[in-house]
Amino acid sequence: MSADSATHDDHTPSLWDWKRWVYSTNHKDIGTMYLIFAIFAGVIGGAMSGMIRLELAEPGLQVFNDSFKLFGMLEMGDSHNYNVMVTMHGLIMIFFMVMPAMIGGFGNWFVPLQIGAPDMAFPRMNNISFWLLPAAFGLAFMSMFVGGPAGGEGFGGGWVLYPPLSGLTGHPGPAMDLLILSLHLAGISSILGAINFITTIFNMRAPGMTMHKMPLFVWSILVTVFLLLLSLPVLAGALTMLLTDRNFGTSFFEPAGGGDPIMFQHLFWFFGHPEVYILILPGFGIISHIVSTFSKKPVFGYLGMAYAMVSIGVIGFLVWAHHMYTVGMPVDLKAYFVAATMVIAVPTGIKIFSWIATMWGGSITYRTPMMWAIGFIFLFTVGGVTGVVLANAGVDAALHDTYYVVAHFHYVLSLGAVFAIFAGWYFWFEKIFGVKYNSLLARLQFLFFFVGANVIFFPQHFLGLNGMQRRVPDYADGFANWNEISSWGYAIMGVGMIIFFLILIEAMMSRRKGEANPWGEGATTLEWTLSSPPPFHQFSTLPKIK
Amino acid sequence: MSAHAANHDYHLVDPSPWPIVGSIGAFLLAVGAVAYMTAGGLFAEGPLAFFYGDGVEGDARGTSMGMMIGFAIVIWTMFGWWGDMIKESNAGLHTPVVDLGMRYGMILFIASEVMFFVAWFWSFFEYAIFHEVRLDPGMAMFPPTGVETFDPWHIPLMNTLVLLLSGTTVTWAHHALQHDDRKGAKLGLLVTVILGVCFTALQGVEYAEAGFEFALADGGNIYGSTFYMATGFHGAHVIIGTIFLFICLLRLQFGGMSAKKHFGLEAAAWYWHFVDVVWLFLFSFVYVIYQG
Repeated sequence: MSADSATHDDHTPSLWDWKRWVYSTNHKDIGTMYLIFAIFAGVIGGAMSGMIRLELAEPGLQVFNDSFKLFGMLEMGDSHNYNVMVTMHGLIMIFFMVMPAMIGGFGNWFVPLQIGAPDMAFPRMNNISFWLLPAAFGLAFMSMFVGGPAGGEGFGGGWVLYPPLSGLTGHPGPAMDLLILSLHLAGISSILGAINFITTIFNMRAPGMTMHKMPLFVWSILVTVFLLLLSLPVLAGALTMLLTDRNFGTSFFEPAGGGDPIMFQHLFWFFGHPEVYILILPGFGIISHIVSTFSKKPVFGYLGMAYAMVSIGVIGFLVWAHHMYTVGMPVDLKAYFVAATMVIAVPTGIKIFSWIATMWGGSITYRTPMMWAIGFIFLFTVGGVTGVVLANAGVDAALHDTYYVVAHFHYVLSLGAVFAIFAGWYFWFEKIFGVKYNSLLARLQFLFFFVGANVIFFPQHFLGLNGMQRRVPDYADGFANWNEISSWGYAIMGVGMIIFFLILIEAMMSRRKGEANPWGEGATTLEWTLSSPPPFHQFSTLPKIK
Repeated sequence: MSAHAANHDYHLVDPSPWPIVGSIGAFLLAVGAVAYMTAGGLFAEGPLAFFYGDGVEGDARGTSMGMMIGFAIVIWTMFGWWGDMIKESNAGLHTPVVDLGMRYGMILFIASEVMFFVAWFWSFFEYAIFHEVRLDPGMAMFPPTGVETFDPWHIPLMNTLVLLLSGTTVTWAHHALQHDDRKGAKLGLLVTVILGVCFTALQGVEYAEAGFEFALADGGNIYGSTFYMATGFHGAHVIIGTIFLFICLLRLQFGGMSAKKHFGLEAAAWYWHFVDVVWLFLFSFVYVIYQG
């Protein structure tokens, strides 16, 4: 090794050295930047959902009309802007909050630590995966302020970007083009990240750590990044077709030239369905660790848990058209997609039951991460069973594009993925930052989140069953009561979010020194053998796994 | 070496400016591309109005300046970044395990490229196989009425032979280098690069003679869209692969790579074979099976 790199192994650079972050090739620093970026994007995406809930609090157009000014200054515009909010809320939460937090943040931090590696396989490429995200976010953010539909700004066609609404007829302005290129950059970021994780996991496991001894979080990231690697390029193709249809006169989704907008839906959901598993799989890994740690038992059925994730990943590629039951596909095709979708309930059930079996007979302590994890298991199960309902093509004909669907995917994402993120956050906070958080406040945040999220989303099942449509800013008076309750739920969750920031500030100010392993004998993975925070470069001598 | 010196063979890369520089380039490239494509629809007014078209209202395209700047930065990043990698390799930092990692990386990158082409083939097969449901009667067959397809046994067959031959010459170059025959390696690469350029030139001739249009406004339809985009992206990959091989040739010329260590050349060869296989699929399906 050259003398140059030997010196930089020696000491930890100062926190205030801007090059440490901007030029970083350190997986922990890059992971921290991802986490900060995810918080930042989550606040913006969360504020957008606030606009949505404010509008839906009562029938009529209160917020998105020409006279309303938020805080007396911010004009919210017409109901097109409501759709822009819905669209951007979805895209931001998926691409700029959950994915950066789970894969970029926790993945970067703990995959190398848990497999006993000193860093990622491609530390420099790791950094461009991160820095492409602010670029992509910038493009998406800009798109809200440039021409979209005739006379409006921003793209309001939903995160699924279906043509013809996303074509020249729906949104002739440059907003859609910016959004397409934003997703291209986010996609490149994720593909490079995926290559990095797979190479790291295959090539850099500590001596003795066979695939079948790998921690479940590493397994979950491995499956996730394979889904990213294989599904995102298909989205890139679909987005490029959209771009050339808009700007270079091709006919991919243009019936006048023999094209078909349904083709876009197939390509989009071939990416989109694996994408929703990308959002939740790392959460499965996090929850497995927490449940096992605080039950002081190894995970029940380790191999079954690992291969359940693998089979969820594989089957996830074969079910995409269940998002498209109402496009007029043949009944045989629907029958296939119903059956294939139901099959996914089997490995998912294996996971749920194995978590419960892990707790069964365990010596359980209800520390903060465990509360979030148990909350996750309950809420994800609710979202899972409504998923089985929606998997039926006949039932979906009535529920398609209603609030039942909105409730379903928020139960698995807003309450599943996000609870898993917070579970991981409070599980690893001390390891990452080297200080302790106030666990009373963190439990309080959990309480507000658990109550708030359920108050927001549980009534939406009723609204959907009664036929309330998604992506419409106004609704019939009969839906008023449950909508009002749902909006109050947002306020409760908002308090939880404020507590979250109080926890950060409190932890930063009181600086209680973190322990290497605050969780005791249940925490068995390699990250707990290191100090908190770990040294700038860990495992200079590789650990040996028996 | 200090007391904390690493006791493993992994490569802990020094901090590098290239990721952020490349991201800024990509951002400018994207904004510039939108300004170009939408002819001043972006920033027609305000401080960024210089992105506005070349000044003529109703121009089909805006200025390409932003795009060019962004592209230049991306190219600069590639030279800087990969130049650093060559330096690191020469410094002996690419140990066997690091080398293996790069092999994983290249295979996975090619896997993602394969999935990118899946999208274009999917689109092609959708319209080729399920054409009878199209509303416009002219589209209810494939290729659609009025589309004059190529005779696959002329230029396309020629191109197939050119690419297959180039696959053998790149293997020749690789084997020569393995036996430390640098002259042979350079000759093999030179022939490969020339064959790559020939392929691109022949493809250009073919495009010029095509009996169907690309854009809807010019009377084009879904055939032109799928044909030009699928073969066009393949062509772009041929050009990238040719450049990749040409860089390897330059490195050989200036004393880089050795009989033992030449993963750059191997990666270029893998990429070249991938491009070759995509062409075989294009040739079989787009040119032969679905000819008019």
